[in-house]
Amino acid sequence: MPSLKDLKNRIESVKSTRKITKAMQMVAAAKLRRAQDAAEAARPYAERFNAVMAGLAASVGSSDSAPKLLSGTGSDKVHLLIVMTAERGLCGGFNASIAKLARTRAQELLANGKEVKILTVGKKGREQLKRDLADHFVGHVDLSEVKRVGYVNASEIARDVLARFEAGEFDVATLFFNEFQSVISQVPTAQQIIPASFETEEDEGASTLYDYEPNEEGILADLLPRGVATQIFTALLENAASEQGARMTAMDNATRNAGDMIDKLTTVYNRSRQAAITTELIEIIAGAEAL
Amino acid sequence: MADTMQFDLVSPERRLASVEAREVQIPGAEGDLTAMPDHAPTITTLRPGVLKVVTAEGTDSYAVTGGFAEITAEGTSVLAERAMPVGEVTQEIIDDLVAEADTARREAGADAVDAAAKLVADMVAMGTEIGLSPKQPSL
Repeated sequence: MPSLKDLKNRIESVKSTRKITKAMQMVAAAKLRRAQDAAEAARPYAERFNAVMAGLAASVGSSDSAPKLLSGTGSDKVHLLIVMTAERGLCGGFNASIAKLARTRAQELLANGKEVKILTVGKKGREQLKRDLADHFVGHVDLSEVKRVGYVNASEIARDVLARFEAGEFDVATLFFNEFQSVISQVPTAQQIIPASFETEEDEGASTLYDYEPNEEGILADLLPRGVATQIFTALLENAASEQGARMTAMDNATRNAGDMIDKLTTVYNRSRQAAITTELIEIIAGAEAL
Repeated sequence: MADTMQFDLVSPERRLASVEAREVQIPGAEGDLTAMPDHAPTITTLRPGVLKVVTAEGTDSYAVTGGFAEITAEGTSVLAERAMPVGEVTQEIIDDLVAEADTARREAGADAVDAAAKLVADMVAMGTEIGLSPKQPSL
């Protein structure tokens, strides 16, 4: 049985933990709002971009002159997995779920005799994958100094990825990130970015015949690298929103748990205080009677 | 014939403009062009330059670097990699852009060096057009 003093200390310490988790939850909520706004602001660009690209890809895609970024290198031997996670922990299953998805995919590919290379974005994913996949790491992007992810960050990653592609280091690139659905639900997603795949929304009626300047291939060659950057940017934003959402939920739970624990400890504290008083009284009464 | 059309200017980070425009002057990769309502459907890539939007209220200018424009009879959307109102462009920003393009030129392979050099020249020209004096890198 812990002493009264121990219990009191314990309650105090849980109370300060609760204060911290509560504060973290509120910070995460504010950041989530900003991250969602950023994701919202980026949507028109990505949507228009994909629409145009889908149209272009459909008209050029099948020809032999199609750029490699679109048609692929003709093999799928070497896979590059770009694993995007957070720089910080304390956000529930956020990092673990991406790492798990990436690990499963990597093991599947390895089992099929493919070669796997991993580029990690964000510290946490690297730590989690280090144990069994460290041999496959080819690079790491550190975003811990970045307060707000901007397009610049995305295009830097894209430049790195494209340079590797040009150098023939891999055939297929896949992005791993958490898609934001709501505060309580983030879906780990794998998205193939090279060779580019566009969801062709088949609304044939709306498709217009465009004049292309300079020409279809020229535009496609110019746009495909941008497309990679755009997709990475979208993923980064989704990830940022998901991270804050996950952290908010995790911290909300933690706050509630701390509250429960304080209640329990207080009950125990009161009981033992009463027990101590009763014991004292009995002792006094017994002493008086003995006289 | 309608005398205005929908004009949208979006960058990856934000939507800069969404207005009814009478005409849009676009710095196309193959030369400047002006889009007016009922223009033939065209998709063109952009070079760095100044994009002008003429609306009923007046003319707005934006500095854009690369991207593409989609012109249809009903409207024009410009998707620029980086875009900002001309008023927000400072000497510092333009110097950064030129320096960035120049670094890219230095790193460019033999087959891309001409295009990269043109990019540098375009950046400088854009700066001059805005009324700033970008440092001319030695080519």
